[in-house]
Amino acid sequence: MRLNAERLSHQELNRAIRESDENDVRIINCCGQRYLGAGLSNKQVEVTGTPGNALGAYLDGASITVYGDAQDAMGDTMNGGTIVVHGMAGDAAGYAMRGGEIYIHKNAGYRCGVHMKAYKDRQPVLVIGGEAGSFLGEYQAGGIIVVLGLGTKEKAPVNNFCGMGMYGGRIFLRGERVPQDLSSHLSVHTASQEELKEIAPALERFGTFFKEDMDSIMEGPFQVIEPNVENPYRQRYAAY
Amino acid sequence: MLQKEGQVRIPSGCAISGIFAKDGSRVNGQEIVRSIAVMHDRSNGLGGGFAGYGIYPTYKDYYALHVFYEDLNAKHECEAFLERHFDIINLSKIPTRKTRKIVDEPLIWRYFVTPLPHALSDSQLDEREYTVRCVFRVNTRIQGAYVFSSGKNMGAFKAVGYPEDVGSFYRLDEYEGYCWMAHGRYPTNTPGWWGGAHPFTMIDYAIVHNGEISSYDANRRWLEMFGYHCSLLTDTEVITYIFDYLLRKQGLSLEEAAQVVAAPFWETIQRKDPKEQERLTYLRSVFSSLLITGPFSILLGFDGGMMALNDRLKLRSMVAAEKGNLFYVASEECAIRVIQPELDRVWAPKGGEPVIVRLEKEVV
Repeated sequence: MRLNAERLSHQELNRAIRESDENDVRIINCCGQRYLGAGLSNKQVEVTGTPGNALGAYLDGASITVYGDAQDAMGDTMNGGTIVVHGMAGDAAGYAMRGGEIYIHKNAGYRCGVHMKAYKDRQPVLVIGGEAGSFLGEYQAGGIIVVLGLGTKEKAPVNNFCGMGMYGGRIFLRGERVPQDLSSHLSVHTASQEELKEIAPALERFGTFFKEDMDSIMEGPFQVIEPNVENPYRQRYAAY
Repeated sequence: MLQKEGQVRIPSGCAISGIFAKDGSRVNGQEIVRSIAVMHDRSNGLGGGFAGYGIYPTYKDYYALHVFYEDLNAKHECEAFLERHFDIINLSKIPTRKTRKIVDEPLIWRYFVTPLPHALSDSQLDEREYTVRCVFRVNTRIQGAYVFSSGKNMGAFKAVGYPEDVGSFYRLDEYEGYCWMAHGRYPTNTPGWWGGAHPFTMIDYAIVHNGEISSYDANRRWLEMFGYHCSLLTDTEVITYIFDYLLRKQGLSLEEAAQVVAAPFWETIQRKDPKEQERLTYLRSVFSSLLITGPFSILLGFDGGMMALNDRLKLRSMVAAEKGNLFYVASEECAIRVIQPELDRVWAPKGGEPVIVRLEKEVV
């Protein structure tokens, strides 16, 4: 089904997606409508234009592909499914994500993967092709965040305060560099062969989605950031 | 009776958008209205407003005073004051279009003025300071009169309502300028009233702001020492005065002013080279009371330029873009794409890092 989003409110657009009998829904001329595909458990949604905030919030198994940029709070509290963005994403992508996969081709904003968590077979994955903003994986409790920094050299592909308050999960940063301001409550090591195998399926999907040369991306190296078990966060941290 | 700012607290976001033509080409006001309208859901109908620069080329050497009057007494008293201090070159009602969505409007007048030469000379002030003091005098001493715009070749237009309706009310499609800024309001602490809508202006400085300033009282107390009266009890007013103080009175550059209000964290300063550490430490120490804490994204308009700035934690969204000579900035990318689908560059500025655009040549 093809939906022209021009002049449709977010309520009208979301209702049309939910009530569609067809599995494939194509939205064209999207311009800022929020909550697209929120809570959706099936269907494949393709969006051309600029979807609004909270795209795929509480997504529960559906797949969403955006040909354009995504705005803030994409995949908020997402439970399952896949979001693929052929562009950049705003702040707080994958906020409190607890399942499913998000692939962003270019840069992502501040606080991506904040409060991400995992439980048994629910292992959320967030892959950012460009650079990530500050507070990546803040208070992260589980799951995997990968930042590839394609096009970035001479620095880690994240801005300040990476992993602050983190107490679970892992952040993989591609390249030799480690963030300069890494907290003593975090530890960092170069990814082992086993760890690389763990993220390989996600990286292969990234390469397929965005037609990137995976051989050079897989070469790495990758720096893995985890909570420092010998010096964990014992109280709320605060920047000042 | 309508309760104003400070008389009631409403615990309850906002939208901003800006367009800047670096070559000074003239952009119709309807463009900024279309942009801000896309973000309708970010406001709640309690305030909308615009600022346009380069809109009064015929009167570009005169201060354009836009004034709200609650009644005719206020108008008579204010006009008597203006006549004692300024040569009034032209005065008229600001043209409006009646719409059912904008009601209870005050009397809205516009005056093109220049300080009376002898009064200016007797005051021993420069022309801009003289005008600023006159504006404060009206706003604090004349009951029912409020000067909400006072720059040269620029003007603010604001009201209670959704921004797209405010734009239609003020007939912005009949204005053209090199820079436009817009605001959709969602008041978080105070009720919406006409004076409390954005932008807030002081001579050619205009601010639109999305956020909430927890340092308001600390900032206000510091500024009161230098004669700034915060009469509107709303946080954005204080930002306008902070920039007027830092830029016009202290002579700081825009970058320095940004490093005062959105100062880097001490941890971040420690990692800079020694010279830069010293400079940033100086700014953070001398102007410590002008650090703005709490979330904000702001646009500052000034004669010939515009600056966009986020708080250092980037707790509010902001996207910038370029297409040829046109610069765009908005709370959401969709507000840019709606008026310019094809862009040369789109990016999200980092927290505390100002984006500054200026005219590349003098506008004639």
